[in-house]
Parts: sequence; structure tokens; C-alpha cells
Amino acid sequence: MRYSGLRVLKEALTGHKGWKPAWRDVAPQAHYDYIVIGGGGHGLATAYYLARNHGAKRVAVLEKGWIGGGNVGRNTTIVRSNYLLDGNEPFYEHSLKLWEGLEQDINYNAMISQRGILNLVHSDAQRDAFTRRGNAMILNGADADLLSTETIQKRYPFLNVNNARFPIKGGLAQYRGGTVRHDAVAWGYARAADQLGVDIIQNCEVTGFRIEGGKCLGVETNRGYIKGDKVASCVAGSSGRLMAKASMRLPIESHVLQAFVSEGLKPVLPGVITFGAGHFYCSQSDKGGLVFGGDLDGYNSYAQRGNLPVVEDVCEGAMAIFPMLGRVRLLRMWGGIMDMSMDGSPIIDHTHIESLYFNGGWCYGGFKATPASGWCYAHLLATDTPHEFATAFRFDRFAKGQMIDEKGMGNNPQLH
Amino acid sequence: MIINHPILGPRDSAEFTYMGDAALLDRPDWQAKDALLQFVDYGYLRDNPAGPHIELWYHEQGDRSFLVVTRDTTTHQISSVKLASDVARGRGRSK
Repeated sequence: MRYSGLRVLKEALTGHKGWKPAWRDVAPQAHYDYIVIGGGGHGLATAYYLARNHGAKRVAVLEKGWIGGGNVGRNTTIVRSNYLLDGNEPFYEHSLKLWEGLEQDINYNAMISQRGILNLVHSDAQRDAFTRRGNAMILNGADADLLSTETIQKRYPFLNVNNARFPIKGGLAQYRGGTVRHDAVAWGYARAADQLGVDIIQNCEVTGFRIEGGKCLGVETNRGYIKGDKVASCVAGSSGRLMAKASMRLPIESHVLQAFVSEGLKPVLPGVITFGAGHFYCSQSDKGGLVFGGDLDGYNSYAQRGNLPVVEDVCEGAMAIFPMLGRVRLLRMWGGIMDMSMDGSPIIDHTHIESLYFNGGWCYGGFKATPASGWCYAHLLATDTPHEFATAFRFDRFAKGQMIDEKGMGNNPQLH
Repeated sequence: MIINHPILGPRDSAEFTYMGDAALLDRPDWQAKDALLQFVDYGYLRDNPAGPHIELWYHEQGDRSFLVVTRDTTTHQISSVKLASDVARGRGRSK
């Protein structure tokens, strides 16, 4: 069933009796060509692009809980492609282009809103760095605009540009960036994949891999053994836990990142704004709540909840640039588990075990990467060669000294 | 989180800087034949368990000691805190 305005009208006039479940509830078959482990945004996108771009027929997505119950439902919904390094920027720009055409492609309203993102500058050195970054973005076909303090003050009159300690000296804007309704991304990809014949199997937890002679033959699950010609791990946040079942150690630590939503307000915040002196980013959802976040808690965690010092730090960041928020009440906060990699960049690669593939290490940039991650991972799975935009995301880059370290933090996952 | 410092007693974890898996205490032998491979593993690969994790915390805002803390990564519960220097000496090292 195609969704359209006409369809909504017709259903409205006929008592909404024609809507059907957006995807089938299926039991696992004994054998698939491709098994994608993880029914989050990346896993569902991978399955969808496997079927759409590569004509894959027998594809299963195994999800231990329910579709969209993991990190795709626990992020701050921002999309952007404002990266510096050659290994990253073409990939994220491809992702942003896919976001721009996504709703038409999957016939699903993902509420993609290109309301723009503004990174604030607070020092001369930071302006130099952001100028360089903006140029790198433009060289890779993205859009970037360096703004003066005057322009910022005119466009965002509520910003405190004269903060004594962190005055605002300018900003780097990407107008094509914005926000997306995150749950709709999972549901839209699930529905589109399902229509192409992908089996989405919920409540199916992978408990182990069957590996013989250095080759992965399939996966053990709580719903029995499933044979798979190619097995694709796509469980960022839980990568350590899953790949330990294949006796693999990863260049990844799991960390908790907290996110926050305020009570609903009238429109106060156009676009996404990030604070450059601390670590704070904020946007306003369509419901009116301010959605914001900051740093990791900074220690290994699988707990999906953080501690109070970071809450305080994030709120201090908010007050430093948006003094108008002083009386806004926090509505709720939550933690998501991030695959923090050793250089702050992801991995989309085959493993040393034949037929076993890996996608993870998204740090806290996974949401914006969803379409390109699925696109490139599907390409790798179908053709056994990396996609041209993801050639740098290899496992062996650490041994070869080819890290993609945007922040220059070295192998300190908690600092990326 | 409260870390029960062996010398200073219970301290807020905000006084500390997290320094990663305590396996980092044991540097590979730089003269070994496969030292390069060992250092790649040492520098970049982690066990990253969901459960008890033995890790290093540096008391940066306090006495600057390194602690070896055993903490459950699924609950943040801390079960043991030792001075890293004691742990290293226990393994026959001079410091």
C-alpha cells in the first residue's frame, strides 16, 4: 500500500478501515542469503539497500527487542555533514543527500527538516579551524557558510554574544543540516524493506555464531539456528557484547551518552545550535521540547543511564549561551550506549572470519549516518568490495597508522 | 559515583579522570619479535565487557594517584578499589 495524501483522505472518509500493518510479522526461515543482526536504523537501511540496490532476495533482519528500540530511538535526531577529513566528509555528504531524497524513496514521512545547523566560534583559533573545515566541506560538495558575529546576533538575537568568558566570535553554518523524526526512520526503512521481501524478525536474539574452519555459517538465536551465507553485525552500542561471541576484540569501548528534553515551548530556537567552548548542542522538536546533549559520561558503560555531574555540565553549557533558558524545566533525560572507537570514526568492513561482516564504532554520530551506512554496508555485503565513500572505514587502519581522527585525540575513546 | 579511595576514603568520581581498561598497566615487551603486533593490540583493542570491568582512574583533582577500580559496566556498582602502584608491585614490578 502506498501512502499519499489521497490515501489519507480516502481512509478518513471510510473510517480508517484500510490501513494495514507497516511490515509483516514473520517467523525465521532456516536459511537466508544475508542475515543482518540488529534492527536499528543502520540494520534496516542495510537490508533495504541490499534489496533495492543489489536485488538481494533472501534477507533477514534479526532484532533482539523491537524495531527502533535501540539507539535510533535514543538520539538527538540531528543530521549534518560538517566533517573535515577526506575519509569522512564524502561519506557524510552522501548520507545527507540520501536524507534529502529519503521520504520519496521509501514513501514514508520522516519529517526531514533542513532547518540548518550553526557551530559557534569563540576564539580566533577556532575561527581558523572552522574556516578550514568549511572549505573542506565545500571541496567535497557540501554547503558551508562562515558567519560574522553581527550576522549571528541579527539572526539569533537570544544568543549571549558578549559572554565574558566565551564571547561569540562567529559561526559556521550548514543550511542543509537539520533534524529528522528518528522513529519514523526505523519504521520507514522497515516498511520499505518489508515490501521488497526482507524478513524483519523481532524478539530474536543472537546468542552465538556457528564458525567452522574460519568461516561463519550462521547464527544461533533464541528462536533456533539460522543458516546465513553472509552474516552482518550491525549493533553499534552492543558491538563489544555481540562480537565477543565470535571471540573478537574490537577497537571500541562502549560509553554512555546522555540526552535531554525540556518541557514544550513555543518556537524559540530556529535550527540546531552548538556551543563551541563547552560541549552542548540543542534543537527544538516539532512538539516544542528543546532536545539537547553534551559530553559522554566518560567511562565504559552498558547501563543506558548516566550520572549527575554530566547533567550539571550540560545545563551549564546551555546557560552560557542561552541565558533565556534559565527557567525552562527539564522534562526527561536518558542515556544511550555508544560504540566509541579508537579514532572517533566508524568501521564498515569484513572481519578476519570469512562471511562475517562488521558495521559499528559510530561513536555518537550514528544517526546522521544511517542512510549512507546502510548504503555502503549493503554494497560491501553484496559485492565484497568497500563502497568508494567507505574505503577508509577499515579495521586495519589502526595497525597501519591510517586513523581518521577528526579531533586529534588519539586512542582515547572517551574523548572523541 | 563514589570511589572509595584506599588512602583518602570515599571521593566523588568527578575528581577523577577515567584512563581506560586496567590491562593498560601491562605494556608489551618492546624487544619481543612480534612487538609491533602486540603494541597494536595493546593500543587499540579492548575487551569492553558488559559486566565487571577492571579499569584505571586517575585522581587528578586529588592526590594524583592512579587507582585500579573494579566496576560493573551494567550497573556502575564499584566492588573493589586498589592503588595501581600496589597492583603493579603485586605483579613483581618495582613501581
